[in-house]
Amino acid sequence: MDINQLQRISNNEWQIDAHAGMRVPALIYASEALIEDMDEKVYQQVTNVARLPGIVKASYAMPDAHWGYGFPIGGVAAFDADQGGVVSAGGVGFDISCGVRTLHTGLAIDEVMASQRALADLLYQHVPAGLGSTGNIHLNNKQMKAMLEGGAAWAIDRGYGEREDLLRIEEQGCMPGADPSQVSQFAKKRQQNEMGTLGSGNHYLEVQKVVEIYDADIAQRFGVAQDDIKISIHCGSRGLGHQIGTEFLKLMVASAKDHGIKLPDRELACAPILSEVGQQYLGAMRAAINCALANREIITHLTREAVHRLFPQAKLDLLYDVSHNTCKQEQHEIDGEKKQLYVHRKGATRAFGPGHPELPAELREAGQPVLIGGTMGTASYILAGTEQGMNLAYGSACHGAGRSMSRRQATRQWHGGQVIQDLAERGIVIRSPSKRGVAEEAPGAYKDVSAVVASAQAAGLARLVARLEPLICIKG
Amino acid sequence: MNAARWEHFEHKADIGIRGYGNTLAEAFEQAAIAMTTVVTDLSLIHAVTPIHIRCADRDHDTLFYDWINALIYEMATRKMLFSQFNVEIDQERLSATATGEAIDIEQHQPSVEIKGATFTELGVYQEDGLWVAQCVIDV
Repeated sequence: MDINQLQRISNNEWQIDAHAGMRVPALIYASEALIEDMDEKVYQQVTNVARLPGIVKASYAMPDAHWGYGFPIGGVAAFDADQGGVVSAGGVGFDISCGVRTLHTGLAIDEVMASQRALADLLYQHVPAGLGSTGNIHLNNKQMKAMLEGGAAWAIDRGYGEREDLLRIEEQGCMPGADPSQVSQFAKKRQQNEMGTLGSGNHYLEVQKVVEIYDADIAQRFGVAQDDIKISIHCGSRGLGHQIGTEFLKLMVASAKDHGIKLPDRELACAPILSEVGQQYLGAMRAAINCALANREIITHLTREAVHRLFPQAKLDLLYDVSHNTCKQEQHEIDGEKKQLYVHRKGATRAFGPGHPELPAELREAGQPVLIGGTMGTASYILAGTEQGMNLAYGSACHGAGRSMSRRQATRQWHGGQVIQDLAERGIVIRSPSKRGVAEEAPGAYKDVSAVVASAQAAGLARLVARLEPLICIKG
Repeated sequence: MNAARWEHFEHKADIGIRGYGNTLAEAFEQAAIAMTTVVTDLSLIHAVTPIHIRCADRDHDTLFYDWINALIYEMATRKMLFSQFNVEIDQERLSATATGEAIDIEQHQPSVEIKGATFTELGVYQEDGLWVAQCVIDV
């Protein structure tokens, strides 16, 4: 992106003044180097979002922003329903409530490394991954409805997961306002055999070691210490979310037209929050959030089973679970006034600051854990939400690295077998059903996640807490 | 000369599929091949079992969006991959046969699961006397 189009507020905050139909300014939180590396499309998309009805304060792009569908990936925008505000399927994304959760293990590096391959095999056998894989859970219509209403709590009621986990999940593991009747039969059918599956693409399950602590106080509150072994899971709402996304994208193109909303780009398809389509989408999308939460809870259960086979003493408590493709109704202070807003986070992590009532008591003083996934050869980060961040972009931060190279380019540059071997030499064990998939996900095909989190911290969006590096990666 | 061919086009996070043909239907068939090759090599899929797909919509763009999404849906729910496509289009109604086989991880080495067609770079148009159908797919 040409940085000369932007007005510098600080080294990590850049503004585009409202012009040409923009209702609010656009703000990009990123370093100069990250902005220069960003696609020009991000400029177009972040300014297009600023043109939508009912948008409040500004349209935001996070440090990892890249070309998305209507909204940039790494985009945050809030809408006021009473001001004609809209909800957008593209502003949430196809993989509704895709997210990351991190588990403690209580295991020491030495014992894990002594059984590294055995643990990788067990996890790979236990957690279904990759295209065409199915879980052991098959849902009939009644169970599907209960799952879509109950989220992670539904999974726990069925024996998948621990009750205490719920406190460590956004919305306590159950998104209110879900309406399974707005989820099509097609979406339900796509999901009926997919509960507890990881999926493919950039989704993964990783065993990680903590290699660096940046904030000792918050790390302690999070239960994160140097050399700890953690397990992180990255996946979303599977086929159900994808189907809801594709169906509503089309419906919203028509709805926007019906409501006289001029779309600068067809992909920005949206519907007024208070319209029929808007409410239908919110009901379906919230059901998909519950699907993602249930899915990650089941995978957590499978992970615990696998780890306990080798390490019966392991304690796999949940550190936290974040979703980075959502639209949520939240209360925020705008010019001294408390308002209910619909906050879209597309490829952006919620990052509530210290003291926020949504946070569980043990984490409230520290701020929300913000879990940032890396690649199978680099690092993941744990950050914490800040007070300042609440006023910057509605308590939001980045979500990951973002690709620097297309999948096709990656397969031309690397072979899966070679990537696996190179990583093995560095002490990282990969298990995946597809060598081509591994090549497409090669660490070199991604941007430097370290630069992204450093910029998020410098901008004040979140505070760095710890850095984790992979030991085992199960890739879908 | 047979103009039927397909290609991928670049999108950082995802990938674009594009089909060319002498007819609209042929461009749709070629785009379906382009989509399949995002997942695996076409030569690895045996055309054994045919399935039928029908869709209808108000214009060529949305009909193409429906076609690709219908294929993604069949791939996901039947756990199949398809290598041969036979499309007929009458006005805004599409009737097609996709032929393929059940996914075999060892045999097909599928790289990604396709989430859906998108409106990004979605277009059905004529260029130099050929029909072109394209969009970015979310993977």
